[in-house]
Amino acid sequence: MPFACIFVPDFPVEAIVRAEPELRSQAVVVLSGKAPLEKVCALNERARRMGLEIGMTKTQLEACTGVAMRARSPLQEAAAHAALLDCAQSFSPQVEDTAADTVVLDVAGLEPLFGALPKIARDVARRASELGLETNVAVAPNPDAAALAARGFPGVTVIASGMEAERLGELPVSVLWDGLSPHLSPHEKGEKDEDDAERFLDTFQRWGVRNLRALAALPGIPLSERLGQKGLRLQQLARGSSSRTLKLVQPPLLFEEAIELEYPVVLLEPLAFALNRMLEQLCARLSSRALATQELRLRLELETDLCPEDSAAPAPALPRCFTRTLRLPVPMLDAKVFLKLLQLDLKAHPPGAPILKIHLAAEPSRPRAAQAGLFVPAFPEPEKLELTLARISGIVGEGRAGTAGLLDTHRPEAFRIEHFAPQEQPIPPLGEPRGNPSNGTAHSSPITALRLFRPPLHAEVTLREGKPMRLLCPKRKDIAGEIVWMAGPWRSSGDWWEQEGWARDEWDIAMNRENSFVLYRLVHDLLSGRWMVEGAYD
Amino acid sequence: MSASFATAALGRSFVLDPTSGDLELVPAPAAASRHAALAEHLRASPKLACVTAASRLELRPVPELAPTGVAEFDALTGGLPRGCLTEICGPASSGRTSLLLAALSAATRRQEVCALVDAGDSLDPQGAAASGVDWNKLLWVRCASTLRSAAGKTAGDPWEQRMEQVLKTTDLLLQSNGFGLIAIDLSDIPLTSARRIPLTSWFRFRRAVEHTPTVLLVVEQQPIAGSCSSLLVNLGASGKLPDLQQAPAGPSHARLLQVLHATAEVQRSRLERKPTQSTRMEFYSRPAWAG
Repeated sequence: MPFACIFVPDFPVEAIVRAEPELRSQAVVVLSGKAPLEKVCALNERARRMGLEIGMTKTQLEACTGVAMRARSPLQEAAAHAALLDCAQSFSPQVEDTAADTVVLDVAGLEPLFGALPKIARDVARRASELGLETNVAVAPNPDAAALAARGFPGVTVIASGMEAERLGELPVSVLWDGLSPHLSPHEKGEKDEDDAERFLDTFQRWGVRNLRALAALPGIPLSERLGQKGLRLQQLARGSSSRTLKLVQPPLLFEEAIELEYPVVLLEPLAFALNRMLEQLCARLSSRALATQELRLRLELETDLCPEDSAAPAPALPRCFTRTLRLPVPMLDAKVFLKLLQLDLKAHPPGAPILKIHLAAEPSRPRAAQAGLFVPAFPEPEKLELTLARISGIVGEGRAGTAGLLDTHRPEAFRIEHFAPQEQPIPPLGEPRGNPSNGTAHSSPITALRLFRPPLHAEVTLREGKPMRLLCPKRKDIAGEIVWMAGPWRSSGDWWEQEGWARDEWDIAMNRENSFVLYRLVHDLLSGRWMVEGAYD
Repeated sequence: MSASFATAALGRSFVLDPTSGDLELVPAPAAASRHAALAEHLRASPKLACVTAASRLELRPVPELAPTGVAEFDALTGGLPRGCLTEICGPASSGRTSLLLAALSAATRRQEVCALVDAGDSLDPQGAAASGVDWNKLLWVRCASTLRSAAGKTAGDPWEQRMEQVLKTTDLLLQSNGFGLIAIDLSDIPLTSARRIPLTSWFRFRRAVEHTPTVLLVVEQQPIAGSCSSLLVNLGASGKLPDLQQAPAGPSHARLLQVLHATAEVQRSRLERKPTQSTRMEFYSRPAWAG
């Protein structure tokens, strides 16, 4: 039963580089600890070639040029670990969350689906690379052999059944130290494990055991007499003959990316760069799980206001959060569209303070499955339409572009603007008539439309026997003169049981203008006593 | 580039000499060989290879017409041409908005997605629903004067701001494709402001809507798009009072606004090969309560 192990070398560095891909070609060290006593906790291969080591202080590093120093970021490591799990889950549901930097998956029975084992290993490495992680992938007949091979051999390794001892024999003994406590990352192991590892390594050094082949060749009983059960366990690992079952995990469908910015960001443009990277990672993760998203949640941690200098004991201010939620009418998976929508949204609603941390989460949903029919009219693409709506809202103002939702009341102006999300007409099943029976060609006289004046025009009305006879609008000089025809009044009222009650009389009136008539709706507000021209019939 | 044209009645043809660039009148048999030589010359020259001789240009296909749902108007114009700019102009109470809502209603009944750029923010949503407009298929863009001074009053020319919003929004809508009808309602915009829209904008709109199934409809007081519009219909109030026939002498509360008479006249149409003869017709609209 073959198993594959995905191992991320220098995991804290990879987590940083995943968010800043431009660092991949540089020497990068990750520092941990409190300032000014930060020490190197991880570094990449380029930094090692420069002679840098784990445990060096920041002061020592400052003597070197061309080294990118970053603080360790638990947020980014958590996101990278989630991406690693997503990568494994996209191939097999049987996944063991071995360590922060290691994931083992059962690849038995995947050959008919993905091809031969070497191809599966290459595909896993490529998928991890798409998710921003450079990994070692090893396939072996048991999980521990796969884990050792992934930690020991760079790139893709496939160990055939029966060849475990021979292939693993080339590895140094130190590689076993990582295998001793598989659920902890090298940086999270306890002191006891570390002491044990040092003791074993010293012993092997004294015995002249340099690699796993030499350890595997030692006789079992004398080894157990000298090193105990742990020694035997190490020998089993070195022979590649240990066997265990995977501790399967079902990671929750949480798609969240976070970045801690090196310095507070004020402008939207640099923020867009960071958002772009996060969105690309999120979309790649969603894509690897064959999902899309219908809701994006952006949470920005903002720099708090500085305390006034004269305050004696400034209380530590809590970080301020700025949250925006982007709800989409249909599930989408396009990082560029998301970025543009977020940009437009942030432009309309700026955070108002420099940004320290960015959290971006996507609510997963099933991708949209749509098939256009031959007889269905052309329809705007939902992604494009959403972007267009956001841009239009940026031009005319929020809440001024959409569809009108009519309210069930006779109150004037009883509607609210809702998000415009037209639904495509479903294709009728075979045998049913296609298209609208009327086909939009029902010929009849149109309905007389009323053009509203927003707000209604205040009017000075001359009454005769309670009826309007003459009209003058101070704001519209063209609406003035004798009323030559009228119909009404029609009284309506409502909401009298609430504070915002209304009661009014409506008149339809005609006035002369340039050899023809113009028809208006004249309203007498019975509560305020004001006359208003509400609109013109057209 | 016009290369040649024939005067068949005289049995002679004007032929362009490719070397000198002069036009020559030659007998028909000689003209045929000259045409062949010219075509060969066009093919041989790399700069002229993509140039189609005028005599070989294809006729522009007649656009598909989308009915408005108003029988008289459709009988007059055939409907609104797709892929073209149509202007409907007229004064207040001439039926412009009624016709616009009828066209939107017909388009949404055909399951087309429509957009209305409302420059004056004057659409009555209840009235639109009564006209049969399916609000699930209509995007309503309400332009407004957004720039305000510190005192809270609108800064600058409010109509200028609205016109800018109209132009930008229309550009975006035309680029996003997939709309069956995009209507721009400029009825409330003062003529002085409406005429400030540069002609290049109308040319851009015309080019953007060309070769698409979208109807671009502009409703306004007077024609402003010039030669960019393929169809120009002028509406006018008929001069009849609404219920002159129904209840001429009754009390006001016994009267009802029953019909609104209007006239329509095609002032320009590029849909026909021959020059359009100005034709008029009358139509009327009825109130929503009439059913």
